[in-house]
Amino acid sequence: MTEAVRTPFDPADETAVAPSHGRDLFSKFDALIAEREALLETGVRDPFGLVMEEVLSPTRAIVKGKETILLGTYNYMGMTFDPDVIEAGKRALDAFGSGTTGSRVLNGTYQGHKECEEALKEFYGTAHAMVFSTGYQANLGLMSTIAGKEDYIVLDADSHASIYDGCALGSAQIVRFRHNSVEDLEKRLRRLPPEGGRLVVLEGVYSMLGDIAPLREMVQVSKAAGAMVVVDEAHGMGFFGQHGRGVFEEAGVEDQIDFVVGTFSKSVGTVGGFVVSNHPKFEVLRLVCRPYVFTASLPPSVVATAATSIRKLMYAGNKRAHLWENSRRLHKGLRDLGFDLATPEAQSAIIAVLLPDQDTTVRMWQALLEAGVYVNMARPPATPAGMYLLRCSLCADHSSEQVGEILGMFESAGKAIGYLA
Amino acid sequence: MTDRDQTFDKVAQLVAPFNKKGVALTDSTTFAGDLEWDSLTVMDFVAAIEDEFDILITMNMQAEIETVGQLVDAVERLRNEG
Repeated sequence: MTEAVRTPFDPADETAVAPSHGRDLFSKFDALIAEREALLETGVRDPFGLVMEEVLSPTRAIVKGKETILLGTYNYMGMTFDPDVIEAGKRALDAFGSGTTGSRVLNGTYQGHKECEEALKEFYGTAHAMVFSTGYQANLGLMSTIAGKEDYIVLDADSHASIYDGCALGSAQIVRFRHNSVEDLEKRLRRLPPEGGRLVVLEGVYSMLGDIAPLREMVQVSKAAGAMVVVDEAHGMGFFGQHGRGVFEEAGVEDQIDFVVGTFSKSVGTVGGFVVSNHPKFEVLRLVCRPYVFTASLPPSVVATAATSIRKLMYAGNKRAHLWENSRRLHKGLRDLGFDLATPEAQSAIIAVLLPDQDTTVRMWQALLEAGVYVNMARPPATPAGMYLLRCSLCADHSSEQVGEILGMFESAGKAIGYLA
Repeated sequence: MTDRDQTFDKVAQLVAPFNKKGVALTDSTTFAGDLEWDSLTVMDFVAAIEDEFDILITMNMQAEIETVGQLVDAVERLRNEG
């Protein structure tokens, strides 16, 4: 064996990165790289490369030196700067250190993780709660673990990537139905073979368009077919239903949902994920769920902020009312200005503005940023049906004045790019 | 006309609305390569096939089906099972 000759890396020398046998594994991304370069060459700012230099509050940040209203953060309940939440995090950081350096099932379960699960059980009124390190992992874990090779997972075609990825990680048979179609779901359930378990996966709010699922009808046909039902309430927790549990609470189907999946990275205002359930054997998941076992648990400060925030969200009636007021006002205001919106009325705290193509969308996004408001740009394949959209998510901490300012910025930006007359 | 020919014709009819370039269909026509379908088109098309033949084509099966011929065979098999 000869000793390999090491030469310094020269970026101009393609042979230095491209292997001599077979093709460069990165060549599959060439079309995307070219599309992105062409877009940026037109002089627009990179919609996927924004940096928040300072964050002043749940609704304001400094971007490129300019104070900007945040209208694309999913920080629905504005809990990220809540003084009690911050204080709880600081105390946990001092008392328990910066991280657990371990799995939940080994050295990574601290008092704070148990308290966080207790807060969730109280919030949802369930017997069990399991905290994961992210919402993504909660879906990854649930889908991949509870349905085996002989079982069927029936999911909405517009399901979040974490649901699809959880299915891909597991070995169940996967069946899709057309987005939010009760009839399509019922047909597919009827065609399932009698043997094998059945899990229907629904979301309360679909995050791209901000539309909500007809949960009452969907749960009814799922239960009639003998299926277990999971509802992902990532975008519904905090402000739907009497206790803020989500769309399923508002739909009055709480007693028929087998699992609720959620996240701490939206209304709760930190990071992490969870599943709550009343299933008597639920706790066994802690031993068999790989995305729960084979990763480090959340840092003590994170679970402390989450637990404090969840307990405050139980009594956040005024904030909820203001969030809905903001959402309805933005929807009506944008519609009155002449924008094309994804839902006929404000169904959630997400208002999606539909635009005809990538060029218009990026120019509008940039004009809004220059006017002083940040929104999310979304494009295929993340969006359904090849849509280009600007997604606005409201916060309970947006003041009425800010919503007025936002509408003014949409009007001036729309006129500046020639989209509005 | 055999059962398989009839299934092929029915599948061809359902391909038509999504066959933007008017590609001539044979057993070896590929969905991704020849028809240039993206994942959204596949979703709509699969739903149409499922409803026409009253069958389920799971995503697991879809991963194995690359050509029109393979789809026709899968539809035949699923109808006979059902």
